[in-house]
Amino acid sequence: MPPTALSILIVFLPLSLATIGGGQSAIADMHRQIVDVNHWLTATQFVDAFAIARLAPGPGSLLATLIGWQIAGFWGALAATVGIFGPTAVLIYAVSSLWSRYQGARILIALEAGLRPVAAGMILAASYVLIQALDGGWFARSLALLSTALLMLTPVNPLLLIGAGAGCFVGLHMLALI
Amino acid sequence: MLETKAQRPTPLQLFLIFSRIGLTSFGGGLSGWMLREFVQRRRLLGEDEFLNGLAIAQALPGVNVTNMAIWIGYKLGGRAGAIASWMGMVVPAAIVIVLIASAFASISGYELSHVALNGAAAAAIGLSLAMGLTAARRVPRRIFPICVMVATFIAVTVLHWPLLWTVLGIGSLSVAVAYRQA
Repeated sequence: MPPTALSILIVFLPLSLATIGGGQSAIADMHRQIVDVNHWLTATQFVDAFAIARLAPGPGSLLATLIGWQIAGFWGALAATVGIFGPTAVLIYAVSSLWSRYQGARILIALEAGLRPVAAGMILAASYVLIQALDGGWFARSLALLSTALLMLTPVNPLLLIGAGAGCFVGLHMLALI
Repeated sequence: MLETKAQRPTPLQLFLIFSRIGLTSFGGGLSGWMLREFVQRRRLLGEDEFLNGLAIAQALPGVNVTNMAIWIGYKLGGRAGAIASWMGMVVPAAIVIVLIASAFASISGYELSHVALNGAAAAAIGLSLAMGLTAARRVPRRIFPICVMVATFIAVTVLHWPLLWTVLGIGSLSVAVAYRQA
């Protein structure tokens, strides 16, 4: 397909529903569609965009926005953003409103009680995977654990903590420790 | 019941809160930040309400954090709140990512910025882990829910199950048992 806003929208709309548990699960398919099938970007361009999306703040699925931007500028970015976030946004909106209407129904109570341990396991698993993926060895892992303890035990401002983490690493790097 | 906790935020306030969360989250951990902002600092939601929303945001397709923004926005401000929260989460961060990509095109390979970002990411993981531990602490201390939590953790980290099958498999079993007990 030619790289128009409409064709970008058509590619990203179905990918939206594949983003269960976070955007990571859709990335492989995104790569296939953008690089292999439609040749809108090269594999290198795609990996660069992925790295930037990891570094940038905000939801990781903004990778789609960036890809849309690189393919077709503003309208490409808009089409990709609407495509990747739109369908699931409508879905959760519908669920939110149903939930408020039928609050206290047995099936909803069961869903809440049943899904909570699954959610807890998934968040712990995500933290584990992130810690494994950190560069910087034991310094980085200790910093992650220290930060966890501070967040749980003190009312520290997370932004300050993250700034301190960055400063701490720059300092260690200058001392040639990492 | 919500009104007794604190003043409900306006859609504009929701937009601004979520913009700040979206723009200051490096390396994930956004839901941890939301817990801190909405439950612990502003007391707009109870911890239970928040964790219920999180469980549903994770089980449905869609990015957890944007799902969570819509869930919280709807609870606190209805339709306008949901739209404002979603826009706050996505629009400013989308502009920033395009700006960063343009900047990177000119300075790519600058090592110190990579080191600083890595340090920021290490500290940011604390938000995610603290959130996980808070959620784990609120899982009922009975054998079945704890097994469900451990099985989910193992399915994702050791067995590398796709999240879809983890949610459908373990999640539906867990919901079915909860339904029988409800």
